[in-house]
Amino acid sequence: MRKGPTWFNLASIGLGLAFLYIPIAILVIYSFNASRLVTLWGGWSTRWYAELLNDEAMLNAAWISLRVALLSATVATVLGTLAALALVRMGRFRGRLLFSGMIYAPLILPEVIIGLALLLLFVAVEVDRGFWTVVIAHVTLTMGFVAVIVQARLLGFDQSVEEAAMDLGCPPLRTFLTVTLPLIAPAVASGWMLAFTLSLDDLVIASFTTGPGATTLPIRIYSEVRLGVKPEINAVCTIMIAVVALGVVAASLLSKLRENKPAMPVPGAV
Amino acid sequence: MKEKKGRTWASRLVVLVPYAWLIAFFLVPFLIVLKISLSQTAMAQPPYMPVFDLSAGWVGFKDFVAGLTFENYGLLFSDSLYWSSYLRSLQIAAVSTLLLLLLGFPIAYGIARAPRRLQFPLMVLIILPFWTSFLIRVYAWINILQREGLLNETLIALGIIQEPLVWLATDTAIYIGIVYSYLPFMVLPIYATLEKLDESLLEAAADLGCPRWKAFWLVTVPLSLPGIAAGALLCFIPIVGEFVIPDLLGGSEAMMIGQTLWMEFFANRDWPVASAVAVVLLILLIVPVVIYQHMQTRELEDAR
Repeated sequence: MRKGPTWFNLASIGLGLAFLYIPIAILVIYSFNASRLVTLWGGWSTRWYAELLNDEAMLNAAWISLRVALLSATVATVLGTLAALALVRMGRFRGRLLFSGMIYAPLILPEVIIGLALLLLFVAVEVDRGFWTVVIAHVTLTMGFVAVIVQARLLGFDQSVEEAAMDLGCPPLRTFLTVTLPLIAPAVASGWMLAFTLSLDDLVIASFTTGPGATTLPIRIYSEVRLGVKPEINAVCTIMIAVVALGVVAASLLSKLRENKPAMPVPGAV
Repeated sequence: MKEKKGRTWASRLVVLVPYAWLIAFFLVPFLIVLKISLSQTAMAQPPYMPVFDLSAGWVGFKDFVAGLTFENYGLLFSDSLYWSSYLRSLQIAAVSTLLLLLLGFPIAYGIARAPRRLQFPLMVLIILPFWTSFLIRVYAWINILQREGLLNETLIALGIIQEPLVWLATDTAIYIGIVYSYLPFMVLPIYATLEKLDESLLEAAADLGCPRWKAFWLVTVPLSLPGIAAGALLCFIPIVGEFVIPDLLGGSEAMMIGQTLWMEFFANRDWPVASAVAVVLLILLIVPVVIYQHMQTRELEDAR
């Protein structure tokens, strides 16, 4: 009997999407505003983008953030995939409860707690804070997200293919590389992307664990934003949105090509 | 024949490497926080004492233990700055979770009832903003909510108000920012359970003469409770410790506990008190975190 959505369903979807997208659209439009006054529309212009190119500090911060994100996402993907394998394929090992607790907790614990804890560790072992400490912090934060995504995928496919390979005498490592890894590759890729964006995005944990000379892009943006809205910041944000949008579109097209049911990389989706 | 007989060194490594990382960079840091929360502030580098001196052996350990104090925790309970921040955080988190539920449920419900082929693209549209920077999304609202911002201009143009209203630096702004940032986290789990809902149950209810609103209340809502619970936890826990949103959109008179911790640490450089604030926050959150972890594990194991 019940067919199709009602007007109420349509209205909630429409209003929900408007609520989500209008602020971003406004930000993008105002980044092309010629006027320095944020509230006054002075015609279309790309002058704030040109001005960004001269902003040495901002470019530097972007470069540092990019390197931190590439490195930490890669390490987090390796560790997170191993963790997922451990949780799904290793059965009950000693300390499993603690292990799974430590994997899931960073997903939802407030960032101020994680940031403070890591900083105090770095102080206690007397390492100089900077680029590497931020990388370590981001790996710790993001490996849980990778683990959850890969874990869902590992549980989703038929384990008998692996068993068949092993029964035919394929050694475990080779089975993993030739059978398991290709099967979980889309999830591993999604995990990497999520880890990358989370690292690029993080302000709080980076603020705690960074040191002189390692100002990341969010820290830089935050210090500017506290002083008020600036057209240059609108421009930086628009570029970041464009990069992310392109990445997500490319990734979903790629996964559409690979298989019919794309693995949407979503934290907490499980 | 799932379990292989002997564990090879390679399979041990699969567990050991991530385990070792998490112990070193997750568990140990928390033990250090606990330890420092029991220390005293000192004008030194690092700015707390006693420092555990390993080289002094047993005597060093005894001195260390004797130097520990619960003073910082006493401060948390006696100074209203702290407990009012905790209360404010819990209150803001509870109200925003409720708002998120009221807004997120209809969206998830609408998507679950949309034609099959549209459901996936719609979910992508809901999640997409999550991929753009959190900071950017909060910042976008400053553009809108400030005194000469678009919200006031629109309302004046529509003749709803004559004078610009103050939006920024109010609790309303905090709620808008939180609901905006966390909406995908609420919609997603609810959609996941609604999508699996068996339509024939509703048909059966209708056949037996149950009105639609009643069927919704008696069938759909109870069956979507796991999704509602997951969404609520996923939002509530991080909102309690939220820092960026209240800092950029909220006023300066009252602080949430994340801001208090930040200020204790960066402005006052009082590391022991900041640690004590973190420990108490963790204790407050431990029950919801454990419930969430339990649900997460069960959910994944059910997927088998």
